[in-house]
Amino acid sequence: MTDPAYPLFYTFHFYLFGVIALASALAFVTRKSPVAAALWLVNVMFALAALYVMLDAHFIAAIQVLVYAGAIMVVFLFVIMLLNLGHPSEIADARGKWGKMAAGVLGLILLAEIAVVSGTRVRPEWVVPRGEMNRLLAEKGAIGVVADPLFTRYLLAFELTSILLLIAIVGAVALGRRSDHTTDPAEESAHAG
Amino acid sequence: MLAEALALSAALFTIGVVGVLIRRNAIIIFMCVELMLNAVNLSFVALSRYYGADGQVFVFFVMTVAAAEAAVGLAIIISIFRHRQSVNLQNINLLRG
Repeated sequence: MTDPAYPLFYTFHFYLFGVIALASALAFVTRKSPVAAALWLVNVMFALAALYVMLDAHFIAAIQVLVYAGAIMVVFLFVIMLLNLGHPSEIADARGKWGKMAAGVLGLILLAEIAVVSGTRVRPEWVVPRGEMNRLLAEKGAIGVVADPLFTRYLLAFELTSILLLIAIVGAVALGRRSDHTTDPAEESAHAG
Repeated sequence: MLAEALALSAALFTIGVVGVLIRRNAIIIFMCVELMLNAVNLSFVALSRYYGADGQVFVFFVMTVAAAEAAVGLAIIISIFRHRQSVNLQNINLLRG
């Protein structure tokens, strides 16, 4: 499946980061310690960010590193630290025989699906001409490619996203607040004050 | 490189599904869901190169939803931990008949 349009340098690095992502993902699901698993997942995200750059999505690669690897995974690590879950000994958490069999069967079905789908061809009329993304990047810059549709065609969705984030913040604070078992309203208001 | 990227995305998604099914630690299961979201993002980015920049906008929305989901989900895990002193799904069986 060598494409003459891509130089060997590009192809080599594409496969390199692909193998890094796959190996890190496998290490991630097999680690016993949640901290080790989280750090392997960060490794997957960095490899994916490299692939995004190679696929002409520079801004998405930057926010992949900032938001996913930087913010979301730090929240995960904070929770692992807060709940003191870093000890692998107490987490013998692989499921029993039936869970593993279900996982194996479902995994094989999904892999078979990959094999079937990889034989299909995309319709030529759907494909934009080669180099279209490069032209857009040169014309609008890395951020403009995403920002232009985001603030025109998808403006409503963008605004709804901000409401979603507000709801998530309020919900997380309401759920995560330590509920005091005191029913004395005076003490309750003293806490609130 | 479209075929390779889509194959990688599908393989990562499969690893995420298998991880959800074989682990019992709620936090690891949650991180497997994040891995699946990342796999889907990779196919969006790969396809956006051929079908225009809308795929990248969608990746942006997926990341926002993932951030909201992580905040709320981890808050739920923390409040479950306060009741049960555990995040092992074997100990969270209130709905088992």
